[in-house]
Amino acid sequence: MFSSALLLLPPRSSFLQQRKIKGKVAAKIKTERRESPRSLTHRPTRSSAAMTSISQDADREKMRSVSVDLNNDSSLLIDIPDALCERDKVKFTVHTKTTLNSFQKPEFSVPRQHEDFIWLHDTLVETEEYAGLIIPPAPPKPDFEGPREKMHKLGEGESTMTKEEYAKMKQELEAEYLAVFKKTVQVHEIFLQRLSSHPVFSKDRNFQIFLEYDQDLSVRRKNAKEFFGGFFKNMVKSADEVLISGIKDVDEFFEQEKTFLLDYFSKIKDATAKAEKMTRSHKNVADDYIHISATVSNIGAEDNTALKTHLEKFSELLEKLRKVEGRVASDQELKLTELLRYYMRDIQAAKDLLYRRARALADYENSNKALDKARLKSKDIPQAEENQRQCLQKFDKLSESGKQELTSFKGRRVVAFRKNLIEMAELEIKHAKNSTALLQGCIEMLKVN
Amino acid sequence: MLIKNCEPLVRAHIEAQVSLSAQTIACDGMNAYMAYKVTTKTSLNLFNRNEFTVKRRFSDFLGLHSKLASKYLHIGYIVPPAPEKSIVGMTKVKVGKEDLSSAEFVEKRRSALERYLMRTVNHPALLKDPDVIQFLESTELPRAVSTQALSGAGILRMVNKAAEAVNKMTIKMNESDAWFEEKQQQFENLDVQLRKLHASVESLVCHRKELSVNTASFAKSAAMLGNSEDHTALSRALSQLAEVEEKIDQLHQEQAYADFYLFSELLGDYVRLITAGVFDHRMKTWSKWQDAQVMLQRKREAEAKLQYANKPDKLQQAKEEIKEWEAKVQQGERDFEQISKNIRREVGRFEKQRVKDFKVVIIKYLESLVHTQQQLIKYWEAFLPEAKAIA
Repeated sequence: MFSSALLLLPPRSSFLQQRKIKGKVAAKIKTERRESPRSLTHRPTRSSAAMTSISQDADREKMRSVSVDLNNDSSLLIDIPDALCERDKVKFTVHTKTTLNSFQKPEFSVPRQHEDFIWLHDTLVETEEYAGLIIPPAPPKPDFEGPREKMHKLGEGESTMTKEEYAKMKQELEAEYLAVFKKTVQVHEIFLQRLSSHPVFSKDRNFQIFLEYDQDLSVRRKNAKEFFGGFFKNMVKSADEVLISGIKDVDEFFEQEKTFLLDYFSKIKDATAKAEKMTRSHKNVADDYIHISATVSNIGAEDNTALKTHLEKFSELLEKLRKVEGRVASDQELKLTELLRYYMRDIQAAKDLLYRRARALADYENSNKALDKARLKSKDIPQAEENQRQCLQKFDKLSESGKQELTSFKGRRVVAFRKNLIEMAELEIKHAKNSTALLQGCIEMLKVN
Repeated sequence: MLIKNCEPLVRAHIEAQVSLSAQTIACDGMNAYMAYKVTTKTSLNLFNRNEFTVKRRFSDFLGLHSKLASKYLHIGYIVPPAPEKSIVGMTKVKVGKEDLSSAEFVEKRRSALERYLMRTVNHPALLKDPDVIQFLESTELPRAVSTQALSGAGILRMVNKAAEAVNKMTIKMNESDAWFEEKQQQFENLDVQLRKLHASVESLVCHRKELSVNTASFAKSAAMLGNSEDHTALSRALSQLAEVEEKIDQLHQEQAYADFYLFSELLGDYVRLITAGVFDHRMKTWSKWQDAQVMLQRKREAEAKLQYANKPDKLQQAKEEIKEWEAKVQQGERDFEQISKNIRREVGRFEKQRVKDFKVVIIKYLESLVHTQQQLIKYWEAFLPEAKAIA
């Protein structure tokens, strides 16, 4: 029974090296493989292992298009060539290739967990210097709940299905599991690549530690939590009120951006949810084809009439069609749902920028009031003046970089949408043409009979 | 003893064609009813004209079936079962609920009745039955009363059916004919598989409808997103995407109809046809014959006993009874042979019809899928330049 998934995506480097790094886990791999018969098929031979890597590359190309123009600068190249999934914990191998002197070696890899990425994201958010930048959204936690629940249901319904049907459903579910796995790898990868492509973030000290530090980051993570205490995060929670409070911004640009981002966020959030529902329905239809194909095949096997060929061909066709339908669903998910989901998080990050600017503005206004008070009392005027000057400087710097970031963000978003919508349309056409060819071929064969 | 089936090939083409359209008779409250216009086109001499239309109610169809079942089931004809009643569905229509589900219900029933009639007139013996001819031709038809769902007659029928089921279990037949044994097994297997398939297709229909609804919902959301988007070209593309998805949701809806009316309903019909229980009647006929033989034996024994007693009247009576039961035994044997012969012919016809029906439906269904895919290609190819136009 499929109780825990062990999906090993062998690295371009040696498979053995991978096993060495994961001492305990490697041992676990061995025992799991012996227990679960399924893994006999999953112990990939060299060729199928290679195929997994290659297909992952192709998918990665597609996935990377969620945010275009990443990882082009050869001075710092980052990727996640493989990952290990054990129960719910995913361990990513972060691989860096660099020509920069700030790093100790030109090429190296480190193991990282999801929590490490979150730590990195949070330190960036809390860094005051970056207040005027859009901080790339943190990758979401790996979520295997969907396929795991389906697998559980499948196990319960096993007695109602034939062996072949059950095998096909399981195969389909394993593909789903693998798809979730690939998605989470890529979304973590993109997060790092956004950082490495950014002129400011790429130089961040913590980013460097994340990439290079060859020991467990969890100790550091705990310290960081205590130190920061989620100060900025708590602020952000009530920030919607700050923004929506209705104070019209003097700056035309920021006023427009505020209105736009607030509205767009709620719309894109809704669109993401609806797209997800649509994709799930699509998958359900594809799954139904499996059951229908299996039963038609059984009826055909026992049939002795002229109907036998019809039933056999019909069953075969449905099996082929459901694979295409499955691909339609997963392509739609990748090009549409994932795109919307990513930009929903990105827009949240842009909103956060606006919040920080609003905060800085509030600070500046407070410093003005403090200065007036000081002048009235004729006390501590130079400090108040200095404070006011600093606040203004901070606010101006924030506004300037904020404007830059928001403008380039729009450009980035438009380019990504364009690429994904084109690719989605092209894939839909390709799959529909494929289905049509399969259907028409079958109809012709049946009419001749 | 093998009985060879030397009946001539059953004609494959349809001698009479019927079509139905539905029409509500608007009365208020629960007295309102649905009338169906039954149009028949035929070249047969059995009928007075070549084309004619009559109005019939649902209960009329049930009445027709009831008559045919009582006449032909027990001699081994596969009489097409009438569509099932649905109290809930019909109530909604009667009460004038104008929503989508009641319109769907009416269409579902109309289609089911049409298929029922077509199957009935496709049966060469049933087509010539005077009840059928009257049903198709007569302007006025005496109302079938005992078909009301909760009527006394209805309940009595249910009780009888239950009793029959029990009887079936207690009859153990000596099957000397391998053909029957094989066929019965085949039918049982087919019944199981068809039910399973029917369930899977119903699930497909349900999921496809869901897909349609979710696509429509996404289309609206995408339109809102497009309105909110401040980049002009992207905004336009998103609105176009919304339009495409709206068309696609219609497509899914239509495909769900095809899934249902072509595929699912056919399977449902065949499940009901197979469950009609032709083999059970043969068993009952056999049982009756056996009982008559047992009775004859008893009468003979009784007569033998009376030979030694001095009761000439009783002896005479016993001899008469023996004659009576000998005749019954002969009749029983004849009935059994007749029903066996009929069933062989019927099963042959049924199988031919099944092959034809399924072949036709599979191709029609595949063609519906092709149509959907071709439309998808059209819609997405129209959208592609819009996406490319984003600058």
